[in-house]
Amino acid sequence: MFSRAYRAAITLPPLLWVALFLLTPYLLMFCFSFWSVSPSQEIVHQWNFNNYRELAAKGVYPETLFRSMWIAARVTVFSLLLGYPLAYYLSFRAGARKELFYQLVIIPLWVSYLVRAYAWKTILGSDGVLNTLLQYVHLTRHPLDFLLYSPFAVVLTLTHIYTPFAFLPIYAALEHIPRNLVEASHDLGASPFQTFWRVIFPLSIPGVLAGATFAFVLSLGDFLAPLLLGGPSGIMISNIVVSLFGAAYNWPLGAAISLCMLLLVIALLFLTERLEKKWSFS
Amino acid sequence: MEFLVKRPSDTSLWLPLHAAAVFAFLYLPIAVLVLYSFNGQGVGGFPPRNLTLDWYRTLAGDSAIWDSVFNSLMVAIAAMAISLALGIPAALALDRAKFPGKALFRRLVLLPLILPGIITGLSLLMLFREASVKLSLLTIILGHGTALISVAATEVFAGLQKLDRAQEEASLDLGANYWQTFWRVTMPNLKLPIIGAALLIFTLSMDEIAVSFFLIGRDNTLPLEIWGRLRRGITPEINAISTIIFFFSLAAIVTWYRLRVRAEGQPGIAAELVEAGQGK
Repeated sequence: MFSRAYRAAITLPPLLWVALFLLTPYLLMFCFSFWSVSPSQEIVHQWNFNNYRELAAKGVYPETLFRSMWIAARVTVFSLLLGYPLAYYLSFRAGARKELFYQLVIIPLWVSYLVRAYAWKTILGSDGVLNTLLQYVHLTRHPLDFLLYSPFAVVLTLTHIYTPFAFLPIYAALEHIPRNLVEASHDLGASPFQTFWRVIFPLSIPGVLAGATFAFVLSLGDFLAPLLLGGPSGIMISNIVVSLFGAAYNWPLGAAISLCMLLLVIALLFLTERLEKKWSFS
Repeated sequence: MEFLVKRPSDTSLWLPLHAAAVFAFLYLPIAVLVLYSFNGQGVGGFPPRNLTLDWYRTLAGDSAIWDSVFNSLMVAIAAMAISLALGIPAALALDRAKFPGKALFRRLVLLPLILPGIITGLSLLMLFREASVKLSLLTIILGHGTALISVAATEVFAGLQKLDRAQEEASLDLGANYWQTFWRVTMPNLKLPIIGAALLIFTLSMDEIAVSFFLIGRDNTLPLEIWGRLRRGITPEINAISTIIFFFSLAAIVTWYRLRVRAEGQPGIAAELVEAGQGK
């Protein structure tokens, strides 16, 4: 139905832009990861595997990567534990207040990520809101210092930030479940628990997978919350990358780590897409 | 037969309690943020004392903050123009054109939606370095514009899926050319998704920090200005500017929501976005 000129007009500009500003940068990241830095701080365009050798040889890189994945995994689990029952409540129980509640979940997304992380810092600090409150009501005498500058603070803040991201796809999946399936299950004598476990939950799995992917991938790559609230024990893999691109000035090594992260993310997306297809019923 | 079927009653309390707890968790930092912007004693310290508007007064005279707000507004508007100018054709191409590499194109366009900002930011930083482009607000605009094509494309694509193709066919049958059909039939039908995408891109760009972090030149955007100050110490001035921005965004969402409900009677923009981001 559309002419060749029309199709060229809608296809070529985005295609060229994407090639220049998305594809080329990723390819450059690939190239950089095989280059090196000379003692005089010049980037040498000579191909070798030294960066990858260093990544494998020095324990700090894999260790930090695994610690980041462990933080991201905890964030994912907590976001799902908070997001799923909330989505279920909105979709099946909230009735007329559903729309209002839905908006209430979205609104925090419009408060800057940075500002919310900062707010947690003011809550958790040693003379922060929580510690002074605890002392005010005489629950503690001295400030609890494990609250801030710890992996706990990072997990708490990232869970706060990514819970709405986990909620949204789960809610969308629950909303798409035909209500007559649920009624049929009730009518055939299933208990609410059986209806949930045998009908609703399996149909919501694609949403859970999507929400989990968002929470895991985005928190895995985070570097601002660890810088702000993590302290030395809360350093994540992206913090290493940031320092390699900054003060430590070793872009090629930083590019190698970034490329590993990129490949990890793509592999995860591929995997969840497969799983989602397997579990979607339409 | 109705009376024979005993319906399970939904009276368990733990779900509403859980929901209330999650909402408390989501809103606690925002409440603290707003409350302490009025606190004379600075940030932290319970209970808040000496409620004052001093921090807002300090803020009003802080030209560095307002410069960065102005920069952020410019970046957001320019990024919005770029991502719409490319996202609308990209959505059209994904909806109705066949070309080699289409699957790869779709994945590449959507990737920044799910990718941590650090990867988008660093890969562009390497591009600008190799091309000897000096970092400035322009590089941030290019970064935001590129990353947010994904948002424009998914929103417009969702709109195209609901579009009645017969209208465009009728227009073409009645003698209008493709260009006329595009401007007079296709675009008016996409008005709502485009406004939605524009608002979303604007607010996302205003808040963006991970990509900007690597592409910043001499001039700060607001989030980077805030970041710089956070490293030097905590001041309620940051609470004050954040509170102002929060209420502005809130007004924007409420307006958009009303607009959409009036036109379509169905909300759910963010859920659609998330779904589309997953490539459904």
